[in-house]
Amino acid sequence: MSVMVLLGSIELGIIYAIMALGVFVSFRTLNMPDLSVDGSFVLGAAVSAVMSLNGHPFLGLGIAFIAGCGAGSITALLHTKLKIQPLLAGILTMLALYSLNLKVMSGRANIPLINKATVFKPFEGIILGGYDYSKLLFSLAVLTLLLLLLFLFLKTRLGFVLRATGDNDQMVRALGVNTDLVILVGLALSNGLVAVAGALIAQSQSFVDVGMGIGMVVIGLASVIIGEVVFGVSSLMRRLIAVILGSILYRLIIAFALEIGMPPTDLKLVSAVIVALAMSMPILKKRFL
Amino acid sequence: MLRVESLSKTFGKGSTNEKIALNEVNLSLQEGEFVTIIGGNGAGKSTLLNCISGVYEIDEGRIILDSKDVTSDPEYKRSRHIGRVFQDPLKGTAHDMTIEENLAIAFAKGKSVGLQSGVTKKDTTLFKERLELLDLGLENRIKQKVGLLSGGQRQALTLLMATIIKPRLLLLDEHTAALDPTIARKVLGLTHKLVSEEKLCTLMITHNMKASLEYGTRTIMMHGGKIMMDLQGEERKDMTVDRLIEQFEKRSGAELDNDRMLLG
Repeated sequence: MSVMVLLGSIELGIIYAIMALGVFVSFRTLNMPDLSVDGSFVLGAAVSAVMSLNGHPFLGLGIAFIAGCGAGSITALLHTKLKIQPLLAGILTMLALYSLNLKVMSGRANIPLINKATVFKPFEGIILGGYDYSKLLFSLAVLTLLLLLLFLFLKTRLGFVLRATGDNDQMVRALGVNTDLVILVGLALSNGLVAVAGALIAQSQSFVDVGMGIGMVVIGLASVIIGEVVFGVSSLMRRLIAVILGSILYRLIIAFALEIGMPPTDLKLVSAVIVALAMSMPILKKRFL
Repeated sequence: MLRVESLSKTFGKGSTNEKIALNEVNLSLQEGEFVTIIGGNGAGKSTLLNCISGVYEIDEGRIILDSKDVTSDPEYKRSRHIGRVFQDPLKGTAHDMTIEENLAIAFAKGKSVGLQSGVTKKDTTLFKERLELLDLGLENRIKQKVGLLSGGQRQALTLLMATIIKPRLLLLDEHTAALDPTIARKVLGLTHKLVSEEKLCTLMITHNMKASLEYGTRTIMMHGGKIMMDLQGEERKDMTVDRLIEQFEKRSGAELDNDRMLLG
């Protein structure tokens, strides 16, 4: 694997790690598999692209986060107020977002951002050995900031309650907290992070396609699970960092698979197999080891 | 203090599995009363507690807590005045969080839940003091995950969490039934200590006839969704387990269906 490919994978892994942190919040902290991720990822990308076209790429990241929070809130309300199962609530939001994303993109299926203002433009030119590190470093800075904020948030009173809700919602209600509200906050935060990742990917590849979100939730899950298996879960900070490393490792696995000749069209198939394998680890271990 | 007025609850109404769980139950508790509840399986004991705490919506009747009608309040709102310990030790704590974090959530009851620090140094000192009361050495394991504790330790912790902010009413749903006898006795003793020190108004379901007379200030017996017997004062003091069983069979017209009730 060439150094270029390696660095490119790490760069992608860093951006997708923000999404993986979002998936961690819903899947692990709230214990709720949330499929709206596939839609909110594109929503973030679309919002950010439109903001870039209008010359406000940085503001676009913030608005993408807020839009993602909105999408997550809808899923939460469908589940808590209308009593729709979490999986179905997520699928409904994801489906609705497909149309909404096209609206954001003024009915176009894709938006190119070539030669437009992006968040990476001001930092361009940090070149070492022929590789432009601007995207990698800026993404790493955003990821680090979000990681710290998420960690601090999970250590607040609201963060405690969020973690306890995923663990044992009955206990949380018995201690006087409205779990419906907690789920709303959690899914909003989760999808907000996912939308920021979508925005950064759009900025990084200077291109948004309405179909770019397909399978994102699976990639997020893969990152979370790979991270946990490989890097451990002993403390909260370690878990969060494991998720990030999981995301980078996932990208390296994919890059390696492409390197040895896997056709890019098989990517989704391989992602699905990786997640299926990772999730069935406990059973497989019992049977065969 | 607590008033339950002609409370009725039927499960699966209109279906072939229709089951009347509570049938016009009336119950009134004075300040500081510690009531033990006994009765066979399906008598409606747990349903009564779940209706009072708001887990189940009730069909008819009213629930008045501190002269405030809470009948239409959701579970989480009532919980601010009610402490609860469940039969299943897994239900009262978050297993993937530390002892300290669990206590912090309980200690935040009734306070605003926002972006304040989840647990402060001052909180930790208080938690350690409270944990020492349990005499289980948990004060030295405050940073350990609750999932590492035994059932009895978790139940003791849940009891502490339910009372760390003094509740107006404490509901204990057979909270020692899943524990082995030695630990069960210890948790019961601890319950007695906490309840009498804080003068908590308490409803405790138990399968143990002896414990039902030994602990508390009043004993009620339920059968078929009704309160069959209400023992207080002198009458309760003179009561023995044998006579209690005899009374039960006479009043309910049924044989005691559960061997567990006789044990202990």
